[in-house]
Amino acid sequence: MTGSAFPLSPPESLPKDAGHPDNSATTDSPASQTLLYISDMHCGGCISKIEARLGQMPAVISARVNLSLKQVRINAAPHLPAQAMVDALAEIGFSARPLDSHVLPDDKAEMRATLLRIAVAGFGMMNVMLLSVSVWSGADAATRQLLHLISALIALPVLIYAARPFFASAFKVLRHWQMNMDVPISLAILLASLNSLYDALTGGAHAYFDAALALTFFLLSGRYLEQLARSKARSAAALLAGRQSRFATIRRRRQLCRMAVDDIREGDRLVSAAGEAIACDGQVIKGESETDRSFLTGESLPVAVRAGTRVYASEINLTGQLEIEVSARNTDSLLTRIISLVDIAETSRNRYTALADRAARIYAPAVHVLAAIGFLFWYGTSNDFHLSLSVAIALLIITCPCALGLAVPAVVTITSGRLFKGGILLKNATALERLAEIDVIVFDKTGTLTSGQFTAADLDRFSVQDLGVMRALAAASHHPLSTALYDALAARKLPEPALENITELPAKGVRAVYNGHIVMLGHPDWVAKDSVQSQFSGQARLGFKSPDTGVHFLCFDEHIHKDVPEMLACLDKMGYRRLLLTGDNTQSAQIIADQLGFDEVIAGVTPEDKMAHIQRLQASGRKVLMAGDGLNDTAALATAHAAIAPADALDAARSSADAILLGHNIQGLPFLLASARSAKKRILENFALALIYNLIAVPLAFAGLATPLAAAIAMSASSVSVSLNAFRAPGQNKGADR
Amino acid sequence: MTVLLVLIPVSLLLGLTGLLFFAWSVKNNQYDDPQGAAERILDDAHDSAPKKDP
Repeated sequence: MTGSAFPLSPPESLPKDAGHPDNSATTDSPASQTLLYISDMHCGGCISKIEARLGQMPAVISARVNLSLKQVRINAAPHLPAQAMVDALAEIGFSARPLDSHVLPDDKAEMRATLLRIAVAGFGMMNVMLLSVSVWSGADAATRQLLHLISALIALPVLIYAARPFFASAFKVLRHWQMNMDVPISLAILLASLNSLYDALTGGAHAYFDAALALTFFLLSGRYLEQLARSKARSAAALLAGRQSRFATIRRRRQLCRMAVDDIREGDRLVSAAGEAIACDGQVIKGESETDRSFLTGESLPVAVRAGTRVYASEINLTGQLEIEVSARNTDSLLTRIISLVDIAETSRNRYTALADRAARIYAPAVHVLAAIGFLFWYGTSNDFHLSLSVAIALLIITCPCALGLAVPAVVTITSGRLFKGGILLKNATALERLAEIDVIVFDKTGTLTSGQFTAADLDRFSVQDLGVMRALAAASHHPLSTALYDALAARKLPEPALENITELPAKGVRAVYNGHIVMLGHPDWVAKDSVQSQFSGQARLGFKSPDTGVHFLCFDEHIHKDVPEMLACLDKMGYRRLLLTGDNTQSAQIIADQLGFDEVIAGVTPEDKMAHIQRLQASGRKVLMAGDGLNDTAALATAHAAIAPADALDAARSSADAILLGHNIQGLPFLLASARSAKKRILENFALALIYNLIAVPLAFAGLATPLAAAIAMSASSVSVSLNAFRAPGQNKGADR
Repeated sequence: MTVLLVLIPVSLLLGLTGLLFFAWSVKNNQYDDPQGAAERILDDAHDSAPKKDP
């Protein structure tokens, strides 16, 4: 980060070395802020170890852990790269990942406002309730009117402040001729307080101020829980945006080097590999590719880019290597990143209607119709406008989705908290509901089930020139085999050949031109296609077309992740159908499948085939969960009903996934699915509880027997029982405990 | 019943005091990291107040 990278907080809010008096760095020098995400910290010991270790670094001004969010916020001199802090923490056994603090939306203000609203509503509720108790226990005539008037004086300002979010939201949807849960809520609060005000002024018997306040209080609590869950989901989303594009490859004086995105200046040459999010805004100067610009423009088709095209940070480079002249620093493209995050949230939300919204669509009109019938019936029989209105209000208050407002957020918050502790990040709130409906799980093989670590065998038979070309080709791809090959060759002293026209073709490989010869590295079938010597054994995993010695095949040893067999057996017991869908050749897929036991194995598929296969499954009524990590899984991940990806998957794959498994934590899948199932069960139980209360209270209200006291009791009892139900331990599903 | 004229303002005043303290604690970052605060208090070298926003 640079000294000018300070758009979010003014310099005067810098800590005055409060916790680190011994620190040599002064706050006069411009400091920069780094945010690290540390998944494996969970106690006070971790806090002090991390803060102490970072405090030892002379450039660090202050470090503060937030255990609830598993983040540490570091103020340091600008010359200290984030990687140095990550390395320092790795020394003491913590795996940290840099988060992009510019991308992380600041929802603190919103959550604090909600907390204050809850407190104010609670204050009003308690005081008015005290006054109401006096009324219920027999105050009458002038005393009652006095108590009602004081209640009105407390309740009205409190409601205007505390219930404003509901009014605002109801007003917004009504303007578009739509309905949501906030419409009956606002109507109930508004009618109840106006009618009670009339009663208070005219000396009437009933005032519903306490009910209106209690309603506001419980609903705000539900909203706060929702915000808590969302704030964690956002932190997960920022982790996605943050990680891969925190570092980028830069070409300087013909040398390639990895450097922190924040250190990149205007005019630098950025080298962007296929599958990577482009780190900075800029102009393409070399290479051809397609980019996924849907985050920015909503265009679903990839856009072709070539020399001269402008590209923007967070666009995903899909097929070819690009060299880009950077036109704006990372901090300046802040806006584009935030837009991309919002779009991630919105597009995934558009795909699925949450249970709560489905309930609201039936519930809100039903409540209004019921209240209208109550009003008309009483007006018809008694011809007393005020009495009929009171019945309608009692109906609105009692049926008001107080418990429903808590039913979903309470469960989602508690479940996502449990998952978070287990190393699983949910990217959006409806993911749990969709995961609960899954019956087929489709796995990608490479990187997902296998540990992603390969050892290239028998490299010494190649010439130095071939190895150099091979390394240059491997550097252009993020495929695990290319990475393994690159790692094996990185330490060797090899020539650095100038390759032109480097293109990565999804599920095929990398192709380039060297000295007028086409060189290729990729899928054996693809490399061997236009070659005479197309013989290769089933063990071959990569083909290499050398500039002068023709086609060769490379063998790799592949490691299955150690917990995978156990996890698959567990999923089998839970009744899921398991499919292996891989771009790898049939023989090597079968080797893995035989060891692990799948219901079906489909090998040698292209990304399009993967997507088509998932579409076919879903067309036949199956709900598919896709687990994948690579560029070739992206389309399949986006198509499936729900999708998960490991944290070290490519940007493209992670932005299509609903849940992220931290580390190589794929064995968390049964835990995730069991939690999702029990969460859905809890939500439905909560709906049932709320319904039972309504079934008892509605006839009472309809008969005109619902006094303010009955309304207060029904409402509080249903809200409390719904929250308690949400806190119950998850159901005893087999495999719930890992 | 005239005692109400004293008791109601007193109860309101007490409630308001509590409310103001709560608002103060929210403004002082005390609700930003509930889990961390629970752990830090057991630490011998614990800091008595949450840090200001860096």
